[in-house]
Amino acid sequence: MYLADSRATPTTAGPGARPGRPVRAAVPGTVLVLGAVSLITDVSSEMVTAVLPLYLVAELGLSPLGFGLLDGVYNGVSALVRLVGGRVSDRGGGGGHKGVAVVGYGLSALCKPLLLLVHTLPLIGAVLAADRTGKGLRTAPRDAMISLASEPAVRGRAFGVHRAMDTAGALLGPLVAFLVLRAAAGGYDAVFTVSGCVAALGVTVLLLFVPGRIRSPAPGAAEAAGRLPSPARGSRPSPAHGAHPSPAHAPASAPPLRPLLRLPALRRLTCCAVLLGLTTVSDSFLYLTLQRRLGLSEAWFPLLPLGTAAAFLLLAVPLGAVADRWGRRRLFLLGHLALLGAYGLLLAPSAASPVATCLVLLLHGGFYASTDGVLAAATADAVPDTSRGSGLAVVQTGQAAARFGCSLAFGAAWTAWGDRWALALAAAGLALAAALSARLLRPTPAAGALPPRTDAPTPSEPAT
Amino acid sequence: MNRTARLLVLLGAVLLLGGIAVGATLRAAGRAAEKDRTQAGGPAVTSGAVRLSDPHRAFFRNMAWGPHRDEITAVPAGRLSGPRTASGVRCLRFHAAAGTGICLQAVHGELRDTYRAVVLDDRLHERRHYDLAGTPTRARVSPGGRTVAWTVFVSGDSYAGTAFSTRTSILDTRTGHLDANLETYALTIDGHRVHAADTNVWGVTFADDDRFYATAATGGKTYLVRGDRTARTLRALHANVECPSLSPDGTRIAYKKRVADADPDAPWRLYVLDLRTLRETATGEHRTIDDQAVWQDRHTLVYALPGDYGADLWTVPADGSGTPRRLATAALAPAFPH
Repeated sequence: MYLADSRATPTTAGPGARPGRPVRAAVPGTVLVLGAVSLITDVSSEMVTAVLPLYLVAELGLSPLGFGLLDGVYNGVSALVRLVGGRVSDRGGGGGHKGVAVVGYGLSALCKPLLLLVHTLPLIGAVLAADRTGKGLRTAPRDAMISLASEPAVRGRAFGVHRAMDTAGALLGPLVAFLVLRAAAGGYDAVFTVSGCVAALGVTVLLLFVPGRIRSPAPGAAEAAGRLPSPARGSRPSPAHGAHPSPAHAPASAPPLRPLLRLPALRRLTCCAVLLGLTTVSDSFLYLTLQRRLGLSEAWFPLLPLGTAAAFLLLAVPLGAVADRWGRRRLFLLGHLALLGAYGLLLAPSAASPVATCLVLLLHGGFYASTDGVLAAATADAVPDTSRGSGLAVVQTGQAAARFGCSLAFGAAWTAWGDRWALALAAAGLALAAALSARLLRPTPAAGALPPRTDAPTPSEPAT
Repeated sequence: MNRTARLLVLLGAVLLLGGIAVGATLRAAGRAAEKDRTQAGGPAVTSGAVRLSDPHRAFFRNMAWGPHRDEITAVPAGRLSGPRTASGVRCLRFHAAAGTGICLQAVHGELRDTYRAVVLDDRLHERRHYDLAGTPTRARVSPGGRTVAWTVFVSGDSYAGTAFSTRTSILDTRTGHLDANLETYALTIDGHRVHAADTNVWGVTFADDDRFYATAATGGKTYLVRGDRTARTLRALHANVECPSLSPDGTRIAYKKRVADADPDAPWRLYVLDLRTLRETATGEHRTIDDQAVWQDRHTLVYALPGDYGADLWTVPADGSGTPRRLATAALAPAFPH
């Protein structure tokens, strides 16, 4: 039923995305809709996250300390599910993205009312695990849809817009939960019900306004939308030969995995994501180190994640645009240098000041803004349309697994040598990983099966 | 479906879901308002002057519905179910000794709620307060009234919703010196210095103004530790001890023990450890408890269990004899400060 408007822009977007406008407005409607879905869903999930400790302690009288132990298992399951989700979504020549995303968002939405019914730690843990499974399922197909809906030249900005909307939702969620609890003291069931309704609204928007099959903007479509495609950029990297598998003849199964995993560009990107992920200290450890090393007052501690999120929100779009101009891989690397800068500030002696704290959070948010969506955009450059979901899942799972490994190693290093040396070690590792990645990610002419155009977005942004 | 149809469906969904959300919130708000009305047949609560040094009084947080819900109330020390005198001071957790009180309370803000620890004098007036990093869970005052300690739950960051940790602080009310995080003390287990990042300390109970016992957890195990404020050390004495409570004569520790064959939802039993022999004695309370027990006298433990109005106070002999008995309904966080 969406065949008529698979370009998606005119029907689904606000006025900003109408064709005929100048090129700057080229974030397609589908991306905005997916951003809205993420925003709504994040409001829903962060509502629950914000009240969960209080609910467990104050309402159920449970001790939440036993909770962290299961995190490793959940992370493992989540990684596996993410791979499966990405792979399955590539079935039917790209028609499966929406379906898998709906299942993922839907599963998380169902978990919210379930929280009303379970009152014991193992069951609550199981519901949260199912919630995470939903998140794992939907990430790769959603990013695949974003990448397919946006033109290669503006993909960085498109992902930036999506991540900014996503983060805005994460910031709004706790606020909504607080307002509900202020209207109804102790009304945790109301928080879960409202959260469930919000999540259901997100699924509704996804079902109604995201086209079932997203065709990438072909050269012709791009022209129609007012873009000036350069000949080199116009051809799609499609190993299946022929620009687009037509919906009618789309293969039922996903394209074979092996050729995808042999793509040198994807291999290099995954390799770098893993290398850098192995030295990316988790948020909780970073905040803990920050609090200890900069002698931060207790009351500020809960606000640290908000600082990172605010910086991420503000920087995601501009840095996405910068990535489009300067090269996504380059910005991905630079983002890790921002993280290195944050480590450096934390290691510097006598850095204890509010300014240093703000600077660390700014660098941390900047790190996310220049790596999270940018990595997805860079992956999209390296992976053909037909395997987009699988490719994104491979890179993102590699990164997530590496970060989890880093958490374990960082905890062990902290135990053995204390927080300062653990951080110094992470900083040294990050510098080394960044240097290696800089070598790996150097634009190589005509690498493997891929046209070189994806490596270096031309500096001449057309007709701005 | 064309665009109009889709927008209509969206509108319908917004109205339906919005209606459910508003309805659920209103229902919960009505329920909350009901808690402010006095329940027929509940304990009698009147407001009045409360002094922590009154030798004939015990204190707890009143959980009974009505205008004095959550206020610290005084009751006859020998009859906890007797008439309650409400102080007007609201606390989530409370403890008192020798004319000093510690009250962990919620501060309702414009955009979010925060928590603070308030040091109270004999008449429950604020002496000073400290902002807290998380949800209050334990509070204690040293027998001499000079040193206070509190524990809060901290949830690390918003992206990993299931990672929690505790933070325990100790304050010298005379000098104002605050050790904001006991994890900075030197922890020794089996003679080895431990630096683990996953270390958590909670549930302080004081021997005197300087020395105390607490729970330290690392690597998935919990330990009873002896702490020293001057030396800034924590030394593990015994494994599988949570929320210790030192007897008035300083010889025994009442605590939560995690028992192996129990339901994972109800893992703790109330035990007493003899500090000289390290011999454990199970009490007559066979239900799971999640509280830091309090010694009413040298032989009797008092602790909270979930009840119809949040929590009730129960008692059981410390020597393993007898059976549990309910002392008061709708009450939490007892203190026998004399």
